[in-house]
Amino acid sequence: MTERHEHVNYLNANYGIRSWLLTTDHKRIAILYLVSITLFFFIGGAMAVLFRLELLTPQSDLVTLDTYNKLFTMHGIMMVFFFLIPSIPAVLGNFLVPMMIGAKDLAFPKINLLSWYIFIAGGALTLYAVIAGGVDTGWTFYTPLSTGFLNTHVITAAVGIFISGFSSILTGLNFIVTIHRMRAPGLTWFRMPLFVWAHYATSIIQILGTPVIAITLLLVGAERLFHVGVFDPNLGGDPVLFQHMFWFYSHPAVYIMILPGMGVISEIVPCFSRKRIFGYSFIAFSSIAIAVFGFLVWGHHMFTAGMSVYAAMVFSILSFLVAIPSAVKVFNWTATMYKGSISYRTPMLYAFGFIGLFTIGGLTGLFLASLGVDVHVHDTYFIIAHFHYIMVGGMVMAYLGGIHFWWPKITGRMYPEGWAKLSALIIFVGFNLTFFPQFILGYMGMPRRYGAYAPEFQVLNVMSTAGASILGIGYLLPMIYLTWSMRYGQRAGDNPFGATGLEWQTASPPPTHNFEHPPIVHSEAYDYEHVEEMPVVG
Amino acid sequence: MSDNAHTSPAVATHPALQHHFDDMEQQREASSLGMWVFLMTEVMFFGGLFLGYLVYRTSYPGAFAAGSMTLNVTLGAINTAVLIGSSFTMAMAVWSAQMGKRGLLMMFLVLTMVLGTAFLGIKAVEYHEKWETHHVPGKYFQFHEKVPGTDVPADPRNAQIFFFLYFGMTGMHALHMIIGMGIMTYLLITAYQGKYGPDYHTPVENGGLYWHFVDIVWIFLFPLLYLIAHRGGH
Repeated sequence: MTERHEHVNYLNANYGIRSWLLTTDHKRIAILYLVSITLFFFIGGAMAVLFRLELLTPQSDLVTLDTYNKLFTMHGIMMVFFFLIPSIPAVLGNFLVPMMIGAKDLAFPKINLLSWYIFIAGGALTLYAVIAGGVDTGWTFYTPLSTGFLNTHVITAAVGIFISGFSSILTGLNFIVTIHRMRAPGLTWFRMPLFVWAHYATSIIQILGTPVIAITLLLVGAERLFHVGVFDPNLGGDPVLFQHMFWFYSHPAVYIMILPGMGVISEIVPCFSRKRIFGYSFIAFSSIAIAVFGFLVWGHHMFTAGMSVYAAMVFSILSFLVAIPSAVKVFNWTATMYKGSISYRTPMLYAFGFIGLFTIGGLTGLFLASLGVDVHVHDTYFIIAHFHYIMVGGMVMAYLGGIHFWWPKITGRMYPEGWAKLSALIIFVGFNLTFFPQFILGYMGMPRRYGAYAPEFQVLNVMSTAGASILGIGYLLPMIYLTWSMRYGQRAGDNPFGATGLEWQTASPPPTHNFEHPPIVHSEAYDYEHVEEMPVVG
Repeated sequence: MSDNAHTSPAVATHPALQHHFDDMEQQREASSLGMWVFLMTEVMFFGGLFLGYLVYRTSYPGAFAAGSMTLNVTLGAINTAVLIGSSFTMAMAVWSAQMGKRGLLMMFLVLTMVLGTAFLGIKAVEYHEKWETHHVPGKYFQFHEKVPGTDVPADPRNAQIFFFLYFGMTGMHALHMIIGMGIMTYLLITAYQGKYGPDYHTPVENGGLYWHFVDIVWIFLFPLLYLIAHRGGH
């Protein structure tokens, strides 16, 4: 390993703040995103800690009810638009999609850098809205509450989200073109890693969905400014139209968040099972199927909002259909592990967490797709628990798993395995303690979005808050030891996990142009039968 | 989608070839696909406005017809012709670039810009007309017209939604025209510098795609906004 010490890579090719802020290297841009979304994640997390503390007691005591409304609103906005949506695509996708297909960079490197600046501009504006007084509409901006009644910084936050949407669109555009046009010789579509397939499906949603939320938020802003009845029924507008337009993006956006996570799991599971992935083409097509079906199910957010019975039935059936490609993936990952030679490294622990928690989140989604049950649990903590099982239990687990899996490639250093396993465990325990009680609370009828609640809900709320504290510690730990490992971690070889995939065939960290010699692909993506045993590190 | 095996390092490199592409063909294909994907995003963006139009026209057909009657069909029709003409000159500009005719390319780009400016000028006249008749949504909005074919006065509140959509849709379209003029200016300068020829003209092609897209949006806007009350020989 010592000769590696001197090799020129993307990190030490040049130094100075300009070399980072003006870089067009997809790997450096990935690092820029990593730093910025981590910041947003902890801001959003701090808000969650505050309102979980408020919910320790049934009455409103720590913060006022108005502040409570602002806290959960900004938690949602920060986490959805500034952490979950960019997380895996903008960080891991940016870093890995070109490497996995053997390209030197994304198709449009300058647009890639531009999308980071757009993201930062949108994020800064939204943060300004927080500091200037906050928004309390809920992250959903439902009208007419958001257009007619609240005199807060709705427009500022909406413009922030509008701006950051362009970042998402440009990233998706870049991926689609890169995947179509920049693959290495021999890398046919069905030799691509499933991570790339997942990003392709995600990009389609970003391209087709994001502009709709953009125009919707513009209309909300216009209604506030000009007092024209676009969505306000008092002015002749239709508030349900807003919900249709909002969820036309925001439901597919759920798949923007989860699909890249599924891509990560599809890489981790075969590597630590030392087995070829089971049902490659099924997993690949299920990503596309999720992206397509995902556009046809938005109405299930509106079963109680005034929709014809027939429309509701169709949306209900379509929502059930999404379960099929999702289940295909879960079964295929499980089948991959079957009779595999499994090693319990940190990324694999996160993958286990993902599969279990995603399954719970997915199955409870079927409860909500059922018309009768949904009416009962609509706008209760059941919903909160359900989507946090998908978003946090699924997506954040996959994100952390992916960060650990590719950390040696990104930094050239290993993370400390002991600490990493410990924090994976803490996160798993903390997560379940936080959100499982919320299923019960919701089923018992505790509505979401209230700062005060009936005393009989207190025990479960205390459990949830305790879990949130554990979860908070679990999230701080990786930030600390991963930062530490950048300097003191053990040097990783080019391929510390013995993984297949082009990204592991180049140096760690990779040179600026990714590969010393342009790779040529001769085989399928998960050829673990022909890879030598996993090298032992540490 | 054919296999993208670009393995021809021996081809002499063109000055416009960026470092991360293998050859000009790959670069051209990437730029072109990127533009098409971007236009898909644009379709969805305008799609949101068209959806709003559809919903409210269905809800308030009378007010929409009354609002539509007040628009200046003559100016709208002239503008449609102007814009279709500009699409023709743009197509000729792309052809000139492909043929390597620098002088013709610049001439057609200038013609396209002249027609684009004419469109925006006529649009400004129409906006001014609406401003004077208090048909701009907001504080000073007034509307006293009747539903066409009846003696029933149109609901001003609903007519205001029509005008909001009118200004929103044509305004968004005009904004795209202005951005298009910026693109034309860039193309004109780079064409003057002699950057385009038979082996490299992707920016002109992409600029053309964008311009045609903006035209097509107008082709939908014109009948939906100007002509809906003029059915049946009215």
